[in-house]
Amino acid sequence: MTAKTTLRGWRLVLLRAWLPVTLVVLWWTLSAGSEALYFPPLQEILTTLVDEWILGPRWRDDLLPSLANFTIGFGVSVLLGTALGVLLGMSPVVRALFAPVLTFFRSLPSPALIPIVLGILGIGAGMNISLIVLGAIWPILLNTIDGVRSVDTQLREMVRSYRLTRRQVITYVILPNAGPQIFAGYRISLQIAIILIVVSEMVGATHGLGYYVLESQQLFMVTQTWVGTILLGIIGYLLTLIFLRIERRVLRWQIRMRQATGAS
Amino acid sequence: MADPDAAGDGGVVTDKTRTKADGIMGEQHILDLQNVGKTYSTGAVSARILDGVEFTVDRGEFVCVVGPSGAGKTTLLKCIAGLTSPTTGRTLFEGEEVTEPPAKLAVIFQDYSRSLLPWLTVAKNIELPLQKARFPAKERPDIITEALSNVGLEGKGSVYPWEMSGGMQQRAAIARGLAYQPDVLLMDEPFAAVDAQTRIDLEDLVLGMSRRLGMTVLFVTHDIDEAVYMAHRVVVLSGTPAKVARDIPVDLPDERDQVTTKNLPRYGKLRAEVFGLIQEAKHAVTRDIGMVRA
Repeated sequence: MTAKTTLRGWRLVLLRAWLPVTLVVLWWTLSAGSEALYFPPLQEILTTLVDEWILGPRWRDDLLPSLANFTIGFGVSVLLGTALGVLLGMSPVVRALFAPVLTFFRSLPSPALIPIVLGILGIGAGMNISLIVLGAIWPILLNTIDGVRSVDTQLREMVRSYRLTRRQVITYVILPNAGPQIFAGYRISLQIAIILIVVSEMVGATHGLGYYVLESQQLFMVTQTWVGTILLGIIGYLLTLIFLRIERRVLRWQIRMRQATGAS
Repeated sequence: MADPDAAGDGGVVTDKTRTKADGIMGEQHILDLQNVGKTYSTGAVSARILDGVEFTVDRGEFVCVVGPSGAGKTTLLKCIAGLTSPTTGRTLFEGEEVTEPPAKLAVIFQDYSRSLLPWLTVAKNIELPLQKARFPAKERPDIITEALSNVGLEGKGSVYPWEMSGGMQQRAAIARGLAYQPDVLLMDEPFAAVDAQTRIDLEDLVLGMSRRLGMTVLFVTHDIDEAVYMAHRVVVLSGTPAKVARDIPVDLPDERDQVTTKNLPRYGKLRAEVFGLIQEAKHAVTRDIGMVRA
């Protein structure tokens, strides 16, 4: 709020909207009447999108299952990753016990697990969710461990000298202190989870968005492939937006402190 | 740490018997440091910080511990607070050996910005240490209001620490210590991070507060003026490892004032005495450059 211009209201909306709007208009006009196999007119793509996904049953049969798998997978990663991260961050012994295994698993590219997970769990939601968790939990876990360990020495002494209970220490000191770092982990994991829901449905599902995109491509239903891809883009964008909202709400003390003190 | 009771501090004193014992024996030191020594070892290097530190603090006393930087003042305070255990000797708090932070002892740390929680309001910061057993939820709002008014922060409960100046943050930290209703308040160079004018204000605030509430305060500082101005007694630490060089009673009128007190000839004399001891200690430190300092 210094000399920099603050952007608010319609000016901000205009500045943000010009590029997406221009791109869509360009696409619409350039693709109008297109006969090219891989570039159907945008108008056709959007009509199909509305017919199949909004008016048709696909939102129920494909979109909701995908979103449900994503939500469960990401939710489990968040809960499990944070809880285990606190546990490992607080105890050097537990950390030493598991550190080598953690390093191994986080270095393993998660799509490499597909054949094994598919073999064990077969096609279906269980496989999709497991793959998300196996891929998305690591950034959360590692960031939480780091954040938990970063409690300042004097803060530790304050906590000890005022005899705060373990529960108080976790809720009021460790978690808020690690909050920014934990959320940075969530953000990375969110992107991984979005990628993995698509990948896992491409190979291990009989419905869902990822399945739809690959299936339509293999059947040369190019318009449908475009529809699926655009939908995935929109959903990824919306999920990121929702996430940023939540992050801003939870960490608002930090944002306000930064504004008030000018510190980073 | 290993065996708190084995030391045998004249039988374990419970809350009930203590008041009785006090009555019979007349006095029991609220703090009693017996031959306190501390050696830090990291691998092959070991540093002796404290050696045979002995002094006592009585109820209602305001005692300042002074010494040159690196003399082990903070280490000593940590031993008293139960934040670290002495290598030799022991610290008694209300007759019991300190093996962990005692419930009736509060510490005010040097750096308020790292002792208050920035994600909690001032009131929440003060409330956090008030455990159910000692402070029923119903009484807490009153306790917090009173603590805030004792440090001149009326109505600042809903403010976040980082919305206040440094001096006000340290007041908030002191309010947290007060609300905790300790028998002893330990202060570790609490005014080292504030500007000179704020420092003077805070000195008078703590001084007035401690006299008004009859509090027992152990105040660690490297500032000689501050020590002599505030204390009933000044304990001078010196040497490497540090010992008590002298325990000086400050025989100035109890009512202190920045101008009149500091103009008293007696104040100048005491100040000079402490200054001399510290200078001696400093030279001793320079002589022993082979030693690792705290």
